[in-house]
Amino acid sequence: MLTVSPTFDPKAPEGPDTYLQVISPDGTRHPCPELDEWVGDIDVPALEKLYIDMACIRRLDAEGTALQRQGELGLWAPLLGQEAAQIGSGRALENDDFIFPSYREHGVAYCRGVNPHDLLRMWRGAAPSGWNPYEVNMANQQIVIGAQTLHAAGYAMGLKFDGSAAAAITYFGDGATSQGDVSEAMVFAASYQAPLVFFCQNNHWAISEPVARQTTGHIADRAAGFGLATWRVDGNDVLAVMAATRAALAHVRTGSGPAFIEAVTYRMGAHTTADDPTRYRDALELEEWAAKDPLDRVAAHLDSLGADLGELKKRSESAADELAAGLREAITTMPDPTVDDLFAHVYSHPHQGLEEQRENYSNYLAGFAVQGQGTK
Amino acid sequence: MKTLTFSQALNTSLRSAMEHDSKVVLMGEDIGKLGGVFRITDGLQKDFGQHRVIDTPLAESGIVGTAIGLAFRGYRPVVEIQFDGFVYPAFDQIVSQLAKMHFRSRGNVKLPVTIRIPFGGGIGSPEHHSESPEAYFAHTAGLRVVSPSNPQDAYTMLQQAIADDDPVIFLEPKRRYHVRGEVDTDLVPDPGSLYNAQVVREGADLTLIAYGPLVKTAMDAAAAAQDEGIDIEVIDLRSIEPVDFVTLSASVRKTGRVVIAHEASKFGGIGAELAASLTERCFDHLDHAPVRVTGFDIPYPPSKLEHHHLPDLDRILDGVDRAMRRTGDLLGEEG
Repeated sequence: MLTVSPTFDPKAPEGPDTYLQVISPDGTRHPCPELDEWVGDIDVPALEKLYIDMACIRRLDAEGTALQRQGELGLWAPLLGQEAAQIGSGRALENDDFIFPSYREHGVAYCRGVNPHDLLRMWRGAAPSGWNPYEVNMANQQIVIGAQTLHAAGYAMGLKFDGSAAAAITYFGDGATSQGDVSEAMVFAASYQAPLVFFCQNNHWAISEPVARQTTGHIADRAAGFGLATWRVDGNDVLAVMAATRAALAHVRTGSGPAFIEAVTYRMGAHTTADDPTRYRDALELEEWAAKDPLDRVAAHLDSLGADLGELKKRSESAADELAAGLREAITTMPDPTVDDLFAHVYSHPHQGLEEQRENYSNYLAGFAVQGQGTK
Repeated sequence: MKTLTFSQALNTSLRSAMEHDSKVVLMGEDIGKLGGVFRITDGLQKDFGQHRVIDTPLAESGIVGTAIGLAFRGYRPVVEIQFDGFVYPAFDQIVSQLAKMHFRSRGNVKLPVTIRIPFGGGIGSPEHHSESPEAYFAHTAGLRVVSPSNPQDAYTMLQQAIADDDPVIFLEPKRRYHVRGEVDTDLVPDPGSLYNAQVVREGADLTLIAYGPLVKTAMDAAAAAQDEGIDIEVIDLRSIEPVDFVTLSASVRKTGRVVIAHEASKFGGIGAELAASLTERCFDHLDHAPVRVTGFDIPYPPSKLEHHHLPDLDRILDGVDRAMRRTGDLLGEEG
């Protein structure tokens, strides 16, 4: 019988047999020949740092959500559950590597040293973006799904033309893989053997659409069809993500062409603070993924190695508190944009029509001031 | 001074820009060995190499999107879209990315990307090969849109577009590619003159505004009208966005009448913008409402019908008659 829509099962079994993993959800480390060599230097102190990073961006996310609820931000895109994917990859990058993110990569921005003021500016509606991309080697947040992957491909082509040793990396979600731009970016990157890592955070949901609505197979398998070297890893396993990112970066730096990482993770919160995930997903699914928490497994693993968990949690809480205080201070000190900001930077040099509009509107506003004086 | 065809002027201009700045790279489908379907890039890959003249995969969004990435990296890409109707797959990358990146980054990221689009009809092509998409781009803040009408401007304006730090949509009237003219390749234009309109024929009775492919038709119409005793001033708009209203308004205040001609459909077109803006600016000087002579509000027709759709000398003269309140206007659009 013919069917008009693909059959899919959003609860199809997923597990270590379908992706690479270094640390199990229960904290057990097991051999992973493909990845172990890439994180051989991560000793207990280094792993503790990764834990603290993840704790910090979990707090960053909680603060972002709270600030939106308090009316301080117009919108927030939560990253809860994706800490390992963002810290594992973000900490694998060199300073010269250039990042083209989507709008959820607050954790990657944190790794780049983007300050809280700049991080929140767009979400508050105070500016179209927050930071100077060239100061942190990270493009501004991209809202259009998948559009940034082409910018990354072009930038990586430029790196190759320049003979640079740096690489580019672009972040996007599982939903973006349905966009033509992502496919075109893979075509261009492969065709020119550009040093670009495609980093897909498969968080299982594109707003209310499950990943099975985007693909009936593994996303990484599709990338392989474009000729990319691919890694499919447990995206809640910070060591697996870091190892795969380091391996992918090493691959692209050799001139062997682009690479693709599918980090299998889960968005525990809403797509943004504007939606209600209880309308479209099962609470049981949330429980299943809560058991795979990225922070808990690192803590359990460190515990098994004899680390002082109590002291680690104190340090991480202290760091997270400091970050949260910075976020709140950023909100209280962030100036509102001025009318001049309306017209600024539309063009890089004067534009006759816009100059006229700016002047006319300025005179219009000045007219109110004169009227106001007159009524006193 | 050399005598060049419009297409040779463009080729010479690209060569000059590439010699002047090693960051200028050309991108597009079939632009390398083939030299582009219109041969505008003929011989350039041979002389500058595959990394300066980049044959791209067949993907318009990909071409513009990667050009944005290259510009992010410090390059000055000049993109060739093969035909006007093929630019639409790249629409998001042009209007949401290319146009807005400078604003989005608060001026930190400059995207000096020039997008060359052979545009307009009159060459007997099938569907998607004869369109006039200028209004889409002119409506988008952050883009500048220009169209040369003669070989000298083809050479000079392309130099200026490539040198501009803002993205420029560069519309090439493909039915004029074989027009010959004198080109001074040593001419150093004023930096801002890319966005100036030009009075190409002075007159006292009526201002006729055209750009790109219709400037020649407008000049022919003005010559024919002269035989009937109507002295027409013809303005080559050159810059569709921004519009040089200083030059346009001065002319309309002088003549009191204005006709605007373009190939694109009428509704929401550039002519509508010019008519409204000139009415706002020159209302007290107008003896008649601005008249538009344009393509019809239809999909671009099969080539056997395009001569009906494209404004020709007679339709422009009919528009002139209406603006002059002369009897016998054929279209009867004044009701």
